[in-house]
Amino acid sequence: MARRSLALIAAALVLALTLVPIGAVTLRAGGFSGFAPGDGQALRFTLLQAFLSGLFSVLAAVPVARALARRRFAGRGLLVALLGAPFILPVIVAVLGLIATFGANGLVNRGLAALGLPEVTIYGLHGVVLAHVFFNLPLATRLLLQGWLAVPAERLRLAAALGLTPWAVFRTIEAPMLARILPGAFAVIFVICLSSFAVALTLGGGPRATTVELAIYQAMRFDFDLGRAAALSLLQLALATAAGLVALKLSGGTGFGAGLDRVVPRWDGQGRGQRALDALAIGVVALFLLTPLSLVALRGLPGLALLGPETWVAAGHSLSVALASTALCLAWALPLATRRGEALGLLGIAISPLVLGTGLFLLLRPVVNPFTLALPVTALINALVSLPFALRILRPEAEAIRADFGRLSAALGLTPWAWLRWVFLPRLRRPLGFAAGLSAALSMGDLGVIALFADPERATLPLHVYRLMGSYQMQAAQGAALLLLGASLAIFWLFDRGGRVYA
Amino acid sequence: MPGPRPPILPIRRKWKDGKMKALTTFAAVTLSAGAALAQEKVLTVYAGDYVVSEWGPGPAIEEMFEARCGCDLQFKPGELLPRLLLEGEATDADVVFGLNTDVTQRARASGLFAPHGQDLSALTLPIDWQDDTFLPFNYSHTAFVYDRDRLESPPESFEALLDADEDLSLVIQDPRSSISGLAMALWVQSVYGDEAEEAWARLSDSVLTVTKGWSESYGLFTDGEADMVLSYTTSPAYHMIAEEDDSVAAAIFPEGHYFMVELSAVTSVTEEPELARDFLEFTLSEDFQEMIATGNWSIPAALERQGWPEGFQALELPETVLFYSEDEAAALKDDAVEAWRAGLSR
Amino acid sequence: MLELRDLDYREGGYRLRASLSLEPGARVAVIGPSGAGKSTLLDLIAGFRAPQAGRILWQGGDITEAPPARRPVATLFQDQNLFPHLSLERNLGLALAPGGGRLSSEARDRVAEALREVGLAGFAARRPGELSGGQAGRAALARVLLQARPILLLDEPFAALGPALKAEMLDRVGAVAARLAALTLLVSHAPEDARRFAEATILVAEGQAFPPRETGALFADPPQSLSAYLGPRGA
Repeated sequence: MARRSLALIAAALVLALTLVPIGAVTLRAGGFSGFAPGDGQALRFTLLQAFLSGLFSVLAAVPVARALARRRFAGRGLLVALLGAPFILPVIVAVLGLIATFGANGLVNRGLAALGLPEVTIYGLHGVVLAHVFFNLPLATRLLLQGWLAVPAERLRLAAALGLTPWAVFRTIEAPMLARILPGAFAVIFVICLSSFAVALTLGGGPRATTVELAIYQAMRFDFDLGRAAALSLLQLALATAAGLVALKLSGGTGFGAGLDRVVPRWDGQGRGQRALDALAIGVVALFLLTPLSLVALRGLPGLALLGPETWVAAGHSLSVALASTALCLAWALPLATRRGEALGLLGIAISPLVLGTGLFLLLRPVVNPFTLALPVTALINALVSLPFALRILRPEAEAIRADFGRLSAALGLTPWAWLRWVFLPRLRRPLGFAAGLSAALSMGDLGVIALFADPERATLPLHVYRLMGSYQMQAAQGAALLLLGASLAIFWLFDRGGRVYA
Repeated sequence: MPGPRPPILPIRRKWKDGKMKALTTFAAVTLSAGAALAQEKVLTVYAGDYVVSEWGPGPAIEEMFEARCGCDLQFKPGELLPRLLLEGEATDADVVFGLNTDVTQRARASGLFAPHGQDLSALTLPIDWQDDTFLPFNYSHTAFVYDRDRLESPPESFEALLDADEDLSLVIQDPRSSISGLAMALWVQSVYGDEAEEAWARLSDSVLTVTKGWSESYGLFTDGEADMVLSYTTSPAYHMIAEEDDSVAAAIFPEGHYFMVELSAVTSVTEEPELARDFLEFTLSEDFQEMIATGNWSIPAALERQGWPEGFQALELPETVLFYSEDEAAALKDDAVEAWRAGLSR
Repeated sequence: MLELRDLDYREGGYRLRASLSLEPGARVAVIGPSGAGKSTLLDLIAGFRAPQAGRILWQGGDITEAPPARRPVATLFQDQNLFPHLSLERNLGLALAPGGGRLSSEARDRVAEALREVGLAGFAARRPGELSGGQAGRAALARVLLQARPILLLDEPFAALGPALKAEMLDRVGAVAARLAALTLLVSHAPEDARRFAEATILVAEGQAFPPRETGALFADPPQSLSAYLGPRGA
């Protein structure tokens, strides 16, 4: 009973935090106002780029995840950890890294010029998709990797005993697994890309690359048309929810739980062609993901020396926000780690942060000075945004624990506390560590709603990076970005490791 | 304001200020109980994010004004008018610092602002300014900024810029999300009028990309991604003074440059109207005006050229200054943005 | 007395009915074809499934609606009888103190005593993964001993053990049941288990749990459904 009411409370909180702010904005506007002429085009572009980004991310992840699942090599663990980095990087930093690699004056074009080949341009729809693949390929890879590692060893043994060819192994064992996992992975990435704004604009190269989120920003900031902003954000929410529901229906219950450093023994894929294919997949993706990251790091080094005390204060704020939001996110996710809970959790990434922030501002303002609450509110919102990822990680394992030990616990009459303390949490330790790491890192890197509330004394590190850039301090900003990258990776690694210490 | 106008003192000095500031903050926190007892008057100033950072003019403004008013000046950073409109008459703001002319019409219509009561004869703007509500404190012009070492022959006119082939690469800002981007849309509108869309279409080959705000554009420019960036005539002064680098220049076009001014105003609901007006008076004072040039990297609004810092005196400034009054700008804005969208989408 | 009164359970196209009563302290085997509903019958008694109609009574009291932990029942499942990540002491401690707090020294003594009784003295700090199959079965039995309920349900808990070990475990179960004077129901597909362990046997077949009959008599004169299940050899 207690478990059920906790789940209801958690679900009500998610709903309240997404719908009430939209309601507050709508109420303040005195109703919805109609869409503007450009909005239709923005909607089409938003859907197109989100669709392509999701598609290419999951397709590219297939060979990479397969290679990682069946090969063991020096540095594999490190590579798997670093693969997570783009996902948790602040957008602006990652974009500058991508442009340093693929831009007009980037490494790739300088290499092409040296070879006497024509330049390629990153700007356009393909640039937007490239950037989104850069951000989300790691997520897709980890999702699929989990699927591969969950293939029972007996089945692979049977395949080896029958001497199946790689193609036959793929058709009989791997394809059905992919069919279950790909829709879910695609949907999460699709929803993330729906609310893309700065990436789409900067790499889209012009007004053709207008997204719904930009239209919301314009309505909010430039036209003061709250009614249109609210209508647009409801539209975005509806699209994301629809995508999420379809995917959940298609995908069954498989998520990306723990056990990423385990290699299931395999007997297939030992041919020279298969080995070369895997080496190629891993090599290409490592180059693709690590080059921009290395450039961010390299360019940030000189800037580290320029960082003043405000940067360190901001880093401290980011760290406390990240820890608080992680605790909150996990407390929230545990009772919601069910099928319905996961569908509901998607609302968190589907809502426009701008509308969310403005709605909260309107709600809080009559009661309390929103500025004094800047950091707690940011922690809360970051927890909401991380919730879908935490649920994706925790749900399969949580369901397995309930299935395996629910009866024994009921027979013993364990109290809810004893169940949590002695059964649920200890069994869930690995995915909890992974979820905590991801949530903490996301929170570190996310600009979130703090930009709407921030006091000079309450800036977080991402906001500080933006402020430095706004003050001609490009070098210091790159230094601060490196600090942010390092801190996000470190906190992720610590939590993820912590979950694997024993078991 | 998204992006623009940064502030700063040369880097070495800045560090020291930063450390001092941390100490002062600490002291302020520990002494706040005492301050409350003294019933010090508080002046709440809404200002852009860039103002309050350790690199912005905020810390200097606070120190200078508090020394003369015996009050406590508190900056609240963030969005200016959107927040004020959300709060309405319940706002805490006594003064709003850093508004641009693109929002003054809407700000005036809100009824949330009161006359500033200042003598405007001290202004040294390149245009005539007679507004009794919004008071300028510094200005600049939109301009394309480039690096002399990378671009040897920059276009010499707007017309030449439009004719440039795709070897010349520009980054600009989106007029729907950035004030400098909107200023450029109005700039093109005032130079080309009905042919603005055509002008944007001619420019489109050179436009490498459009960014959300000024910061992203300027970051791309300093990374060497583009030859020219949409910025301000005053940007070179930053590089000259703070970095002792005189290779950055603004291309000055005979067709003229769009005027961008930053304004402050007193709210009509302030409980400290006198203190608020004192603050506005202070923004026209010589102390403030001498500080704001390098504090906010803009031209002081009430200081003759000989009073400007050296790097500013060396700036090349346009002879023709283009400007739409707020009513004209409001009437043209939608057309100007649509010309941008349609022209660049071709 | 455990009484199943006009019990009727349906799930999809599947149906199980039961109307029977069992004496305290009796040892009863439950046999029948795969999928006939042997486990379902135990689930109904243990409270993991709820019947659509009928009542379950223990010593005259109605327990049909009671949650599993409130019933006079201890269960040995097919698997997952112990939490694999907890020591035996903590596992057994949860049977005494379902709140999961610190174990009192009295509780620890009782755990140690129960372990000694099943031949696992000194195993308190071990985890289930460190035990052999037989040892794990004995540890689970120690847990049942501590629960000290008057009804004991066994759902093929020793199916994975070899014949000798299984025989030994059944004897241990018998000893524990005798200690507790518990009514014991053992699900099995092996007639020899029933013969060895139980004086009476319930046949579950054709959607129905038939009232218990004396084991020897049942096998000597099996009804048609049982002889079909047992095959020519079993008779």
